[in-house]
Amino acid sequence: MREYPYAMTYRNDPYDPKQVALLDPAALAAAVADAEKAFAEATDPDALTALRPAHLGDRAPVSLARREIGALPPAAKADAGKRVNEARRAIETTYAARAEALEREHAERVLVAERVDVTLPYDRQPRGARHPLSTLMEQISDLFVGMGYEVAEGPEVELEWVNFDALNIPADHPARGLMDTFHVDPADRSGLVLRTHTSNVQTRTMLSRKPPIYVICPGRVYRTDEVDATHSPVFHQAEGLVVDKGITMAHLRGTLDHFAKAIFGPDAKTRWRPHYFPFTEPSAEFDVWFPEHRDGPQWVEWGGCGMVNPRVLRACGIDPEVYSGFAFGMGIDRTLMVRHGVSDIRHLFEGDVRFSRALGTEA
Amino acid sequence: MRVSVSWLREYVDLPADLSTGDLVQALVDLGIEVDSVTDLRENVTGSLVVGEVLEIEELTGFKKPIRFVRVDVGAANGTGEPQEIVCGARNFAPGDRVVVILPGGVLPGGFAIGSRKTYGRVSNGMICSVRELGIGDDHDGILVLPGESPAKPGDDARPVVGLDEVVLELDITPDRGYALSLRGLARELSHAFGVPFRDPGLAPAPGGTPQPAYPVEVRDTVGCDRFAARLVRGVDPSAPTPAWMQRRLTTAGIRSISLPVDITNYVMLELGQPMHAFDADRITGPLVVRRAEAGEKLTTLDGVDRVLAAEDMVICDDSGPISLAAVMGGETSEVVTGTTDVLFEAAHWDPVMVGRTARRHKLFSEAAKRWERGVDPALPLVALERAVRLLTEYGGGTVGDGILDLDHVVPRTPITLAADLPTRRIGVDYPPARVVALLEQVGCTVAQGADRLAEDPGSVGVLAGAGVALTVTPPSWRPDLTDPADLVEEVVRLDGYDKVPSVLPVAPAGRGLTWQQRRRRAIARALADRGYVEVLAHPFVSPELPDLLGLPADDPRRPAVRLANPLSDEEPMLRTTLLGPLLGVLKRNLGRGHRDLALYEIGAVFHPRPGVGSPPAMGVDRRPTDAEFAAADAVVPAQPRHLAAVLTGEIELSGWWGGGRAAGWADAVEAGRTVLAAAGIPTDRVEVRAAEYAPWHPGRCAELLVDGLVVGHAGELHPTVLAALELPRRTSAVELNLDLLPAAPVLSAPAVSGFPPALIDVALVVDGSVPAAQVQQALVEGAGELLEDVRLFDVYTSDQLGPERKSLAYKLTFRAPDRTLTVEEAVAARDAAVAVAAERFGATLRGA
Repeated sequence: MREYPYAMTYRNDPYDPKQVALLDPAALAAAVADAEKAFAEATDPDALTALRPAHLGDRAPVSLARREIGALPPAAKADAGKRVNEARRAIETTYAARAEALEREHAERVLVAERVDVTLPYDRQPRGARHPLSTLMEQISDLFVGMGYEVAEGPEVELEWVNFDALNIPADHPARGLMDTFHVDPADRSGLVLRTHTSNVQTRTMLSRKPPIYVICPGRVYRTDEVDATHSPVFHQAEGLVVDKGITMAHLRGTLDHFAKAIFGPDAKTRWRPHYFPFTEPSAEFDVWFPEHRDGPQWVEWGGCGMVNPRVLRACGIDPEVYSGFAFGMGIDRTLMVRHGVSDIRHLFEGDVRFSRALGTEA
Repeated sequence: MRVSVSWLREYVDLPADLSTGDLVQALVDLGIEVDSVTDLRENVTGSLVVGEVLEIEELTGFKKPIRFVRVDVGAANGTGEPQEIVCGARNFAPGDRVVVILPGGVLPGGFAIGSRKTYGRVSNGMICSVRELGIGDDHDGILVLPGESPAKPGDDARPVVGLDEVVLELDITPDRGYALSLRGLARELSHAFGVPFRDPGLAPAPGGTPQPAYPVEVRDTVGCDRFAARLVRGVDPSAPTPAWMQRRLTTAGIRSISLPVDITNYVMLELGQPMHAFDADRITGPLVVRRAEAGEKLTTLDGVDRVLAAEDMVICDDSGPISLAAVMGGETSEVVTGTTDVLFEAAHWDPVMVGRTARRHKLFSEAAKRWERGVDPALPLVALERAVRLLTEYGGGTVGDGILDLDHVVPRTPITLAADLPTRRIGVDYPPARVVALLEQVGCTVAQGADRLAEDPGSVGVLAGAGVALTVTPPSWRPDLTDPADLVEEVVRLDGYDKVPSVLPVAPAGRGLTWQQRRRRAIARALADRGYVEVLAHPFVSPELPDLLGLPADDPRRPAVRLANPLSDEEPMLRTTLLGPLLGVLKRNLGRGHRDLALYEIGAVFHPRPGVGSPPAMGVDRRPTDAEFAAADAVVPAQPRHLAAVLTGEIELSGWWGGGRAAGWADAVEAGRTVLAAAGIPTDRVEVRAAEYAPWHPGRCAELLVDGLVVGHAGELHPTVLAALELPRRTSAVELNLDLLPAAPVLSAPAVSGFPPALIDVALVVDGSVPAAQVQQALVEGAGELLEDVRLFDVYTSDQLGPERKSLAYKLTFRAPDRTLTVEEAVAARDAAVAVAAERFGATLRGA
């Protein structure tokens, strides 16, 4: 850096021509040149900032020159002032330009220096998951809630009367033998079973409220099936019940078709086969056409359905001459297995975290 | 029920070119499930032909006599020369016709036939036995075709021996007893194809005679409303069952026993009428049909000594019970080798009685299966006629003149059906004429008018708006048709379910999910977001679980619901805490190599009601009263919904960012707080206190309270419990009873002040036993309204502080809603906060 002859502070002595030498155009030009050279040599914003006092500060040549103006004769003042201002502006412009350039360079350098490997994993908190059966039950519930239904629930240990008798399954009817039932000890006196279907919620709903009834009942049910790839003593059903004036089997079909498309895609459809259920009459089993089945498009057995048996309505205090209804039920586990190609029902209940993590985040 | 299509064709004119696929579809559309289709033609491949034995050369010098046989197989072997076959059987002679499989053929079981050298000769093929052909069990020699068979040498032998059959295995629903017979199935198929049906159940049969075939007294006409019998004397005891009958029985899965017994089974398959054949010479005295006396004994045909119950029906002679009525005969009166006088019985029994007897004695015979599902009460005499004709045709003997028929069958009650009910229930327009036609098709008698209206006022409402009323009398073979709804089903079933249109009903405006349902989802999602994985465990637990968990003797989680018939005798109880099954799932995951685990479950636990007996009996002819139902419902165990979570290993994993963090008691407690927060419980209503509660570590267990009520526990599990369950040390858990949580309040909005906060840290030194939560509560109470937030950010112990002392460092945030606080105001509030802590717990400012 260049040494300036009058870098020290002292009071100006008026009228001393030597002291006003800084107002000399050549000296000002030199100051500008010096500044431009110094700024150009600065390599980062901090270095540039450090140069500012020497070239634009109180002791900078252009600042000292301004002070000398006062010592000039009035006639020379205007001219000198203009020269000083121009010189100062030139330095400031250069400074600003250089500062901007350096800031930009600096920012770019920092960005480069701060580069990281964004592909590094950050599984610091292991991922959690819902159980896929839970999310599927919620999806089904939401579908029917959207149609105006309510989600009804009931106990898993249930009165035999609610699980069987009220649903037109008398104690000595072979239909009771179709559902392999867990009985609560003592079997002949407790009057209690683990519910074999969520139809117990139908009974309780009809006992506790008046039509119109539009409910969906998802939940856990029990049968004494030994565990294998397709059987589990614990599984899940969703059952729908509608009791209202003028309900027909066509309404049942419309509801099942809508349900099938929501679960198995827009090209799904249903097919009925006559069947027997004590609690519905007429009754049918229904299949669903699933175009995206793992093994190619095909019909899949899905559930049972029918018009609520008037005997059931009567046992629940609903006048079958005024109201009619339909009911349907299907296995949620089976639905999940078909839709997602699960080959072994045990995966649903073993609780291996890999299973829930893989399927349990579906909303 | 297994039947061959050819047998069905004897009663119904199915199209000749009907494919098996179309037949199966028709059955499915009728509501008859087809479990399997077996095409017997595929059982034997290659040339299976009829051969005529020309000459037999006896080979000697071997361990057993062997024959070298020349058989005429016509042109089937390509040469027309006799086929030379080595055979070990001896039950045939020259001139007999036999079944020969030529080299290249394969018998059932993959038994490939070739030309091979054996016993010093070359055997080109094999002469087959019944068992080798897979059409029966008989292996006492080769199959010799009966003399009347028209088959010629070289003919395909399959049709001759029944190997051209297609066999259907059908699953009959419990309402359709009549479909457990050829008669019923053929009738159904005639509906499907609109073809003629010849009803063997309507075959002519002579009526009862004044002189009975055998003296019989029926003492309980509810249990047995019809009892018929006929006697055949002088039957040839050596007469075999004809091959065609044996084949049909074998196909149906019924073993051939003797001609009389086989006939009863054959008639049962054909007509659906279970029968019994007694040896008339082994009965002494008149027969009595009555209820058993409790404790009476009978040895049934299967050789089992049975102790009878008072509800069972028995047929007795002078010696006592000789048959468990409708279910199984007894040993002492059964037809045996040498029987010549056969008494056929065809009765009609109460289905409920038979069902109960069958279940009580675990005797699910073919007969019991049919009785339970309903048998046509009009059949006995037809069945007897069929049976005596078959017996005399194949076994000789003389049919007695006497025909016993004690008939107490109550006539069917006609059903009043509004003609438009099918239309109103199904949503398809069925004109009345169509309804009548379809009902008549299934055998109903339909009359117009409603004469019975006065007797059945319940139907008036329907009929008033209906116009035409029909009086429908179902056929005797359809006991399942009792209600108008049953008739509606017949209409839609026969018209076709595929014709039902698709119409969405319009529900009234719904209320959406309940707050409890929304809350459960919120809780489940909150935990999943925090890294917990939801599982659904089975609720079955061992009776030893409470001991393993170290529950005290009087713990309310000890009494549990016990299953009478658990899948595993090891786990007959239902869980009273989610932790047992959930820890089992945790262990399974550990066993599969997972180490860092955080699992949760939301589910019911089961607490039996103490001291309750049986629920009161309730009928189904009307709704139980509220009081009746409440009394029954009081027996149902309490089933609160719980949430539990368990953790082990690292809850934050180590990685390139640095070390991990082991899961511990604090995470479990925090999981509990997370649940309560997700449930919408404001934090100022939540309290966490130290507790001692199994199965938790007594020094590391918190109880969580809402509004002062304990709703659950959290912390590290007891080391003894973890050791007993073989789980890692420090495994932690939380369990909450979600049913105890109050509804979330509607929250008031906070005053969000835009003025700057004043932040002041305080470090308070207190006795080591003072709970931090209470110190914080003191600070909150002392600080007053200016305190916006308080957060414990450090807990410090040191020798300098002294033993049993700890320093709790809090960051206090003060803020006023309407101004910038001055330093003096903030300090004053802090001092007030500290003063309360000092007063309650002797807290001193650290360094002060």
